[in-house]
Amino acid sequence: MAKTLEEINARIATGSAVVMTAEEFAEIAAAEGLKKAAKRVDVVTTGTFGPMCSSGVFLNFGHADPPIKMGEITLNDVPASGGLAAVDTFLGATEPSLTRGIEYGGAHVIEDLIRGHAVRLKARGHGTDCYPRTEIDTWITLDDLNQAYFFNPRNAYQNYAVAVNSSDRTLYTYLGPLHPHFGNATYCSAGALSPLLNDPLYRTIGVGTRCFVAGAPGFVAWEGTQHNPNQERDEHGVPVKPAGTLAVIADLKQARSEFFSAATMVGYGVSCFVGIGVPIPVLDEELAATLALTDADITATVFDYGVQRRARPAVGTATYAELRSGAIEIKGKKVPTGPISSLKVARRIAETLKSWVAEGGFTLTAPVQPLPQAGSQGVKPLEVRTEEAI
Amino acid sequence: MTKKRLDLTFPPRQSLKPVVYHLVKDYDIVPNILRAQIQPGQEGRMLVEVTGAKEAIAQGIGFLEAQGLTVREAASDIRLDEDRCVTCGLCTAVCRPKALVLSGEDLVFDKDRCVYCEACVVACPRRAISLTF
Repeated sequence: MAKTLEEINARIATGSAVVMTAEEFAEIAAAEGLKKAAKRVDVVTTGTFGPMCSSGVFLNFGHADPPIKMGEITLNDVPASGGLAAVDTFLGATEPSLTRGIEYGGAHVIEDLIRGHAVRLKARGHGTDCYPRTEIDTWITLDDLNQAYFFNPRNAYQNYAVAVNSSDRTLYTYLGPLHPHFGNATYCSAGALSPLLNDPLYRTIGVGTRCFVAGAPGFVAWEGTQHNPNQERDEHGVPVKPAGTLAVIADLKQARSEFFSAATMVGYGVSCFVGIGVPIPVLDEELAATLALTDADITATVFDYGVQRRARPAVGTATYAELRSGAIEIKGKKVPTGPISSLKVARRIAETLKSWVAEGGFTLTAPVQPLPQAGSQGVKPLEVRTEEAI
Repeated sequence: MTKKRLDLTFPPRQSLKPVVYHLVKDYDIVPNILRAQIQPGQEGRMLVEVTGAKEAIAQGIGFLEAQGLTVREAASDIRLDEDRCVTCGLCTAVCRPKALVLSGEDLVFDKDRCVYCEACVVACPRRAISLTF
């Protein structure tokens, strides 16, 4: 029997909603059947905690006296954008430090701010009649800022590539070091706990969906960059390659360091682990069917990063259960596997979100606007060409 | 047969003596050098796994000490900063001898399998792993 979001929210408001993590729901569905589980459970929570490079924060510093129109902004020697109004900036997570390179970057500044550490702000201005100051060198903390919020253009990838390397040398990639001759395979998804794998057709997750972002309550702001609803899908409608993505927004002041961790990928650059969780209302049996999928039901595609081109060849597939077993078979060879996305923290996010919904009155929102669905724009390439060729 | 991991410290004047040769020739010990930092005229360190008869290993250690080396059984040299670790698991993907593995969601370190190659130290995105040697 179908439920409405209003009925579910009414139960959340009175603290009587039945809320489970995606892993718990799969167990209930296996034990009691999908129909019973769909009827009994109101909300399923998800979680993921992997490196998500396309993340960053908008900050407003407030005005100094005399005031300055800031350019050439650095925070702990990490450049931030000076291309906004006088004391606004955007700090991208992957920006490396001018003095420490990729060992410390935008993500590390964000983590330091969340941890309450003081951060050194330096900027220059060209000096105007309304902003006469030409340079500033001071220290700030997160509490001092007027506004500080995440705007992450691409988080929570719906499935991701498994990476292997057929070449003769170790490759240092955003999916970690890849040993030569298919020496290892790395993967990066929360699998059955991953938000968009639980709602593969974007029925409940859309613009305006309330969610968990780095420990803070936030929102899905837009489709994520490179959102690709047209990706190949399995019999459940679940993509078998990287597909949908989310752009999210949330208050940095409410973020928690256990759910945001700066990262340095050796030989590659700065990134950050971002905790994302989305609560999904169990509206009907059709949705319950994908919520009940386990790691054994979700397939990822293995790509050869030894071919250093935009389109890397697919060399096989594996389920997340196989990937988590520690080895998969590629071209007849047993290849050891290792994840980059933390199952431990993904579970903690799903549990935290469960307590927000079950006990904290965290109600659910219907999408104000759906994410682009299959048949709309996919991912377009960048062609290298002259103006005349257009 | 016994197997032991020894952490040897060479005094500066002793760094060039072929002690490993004597372990093999005089005590029938099979040495497997896991790590070494030996510079002429400076204090050196060597982490070596020795296999041989129990008594021969004891005698071999006596020989090394008589040469002026400090011999200790190797302690846990890989350190994990649990406050920094997010249990992503990338270290397990680069650990060839499978000393670091995931058991469910938890990271497990088997010191006996570790060859101190430092692949995990380099790969850890959180810089949570260090080697004290």
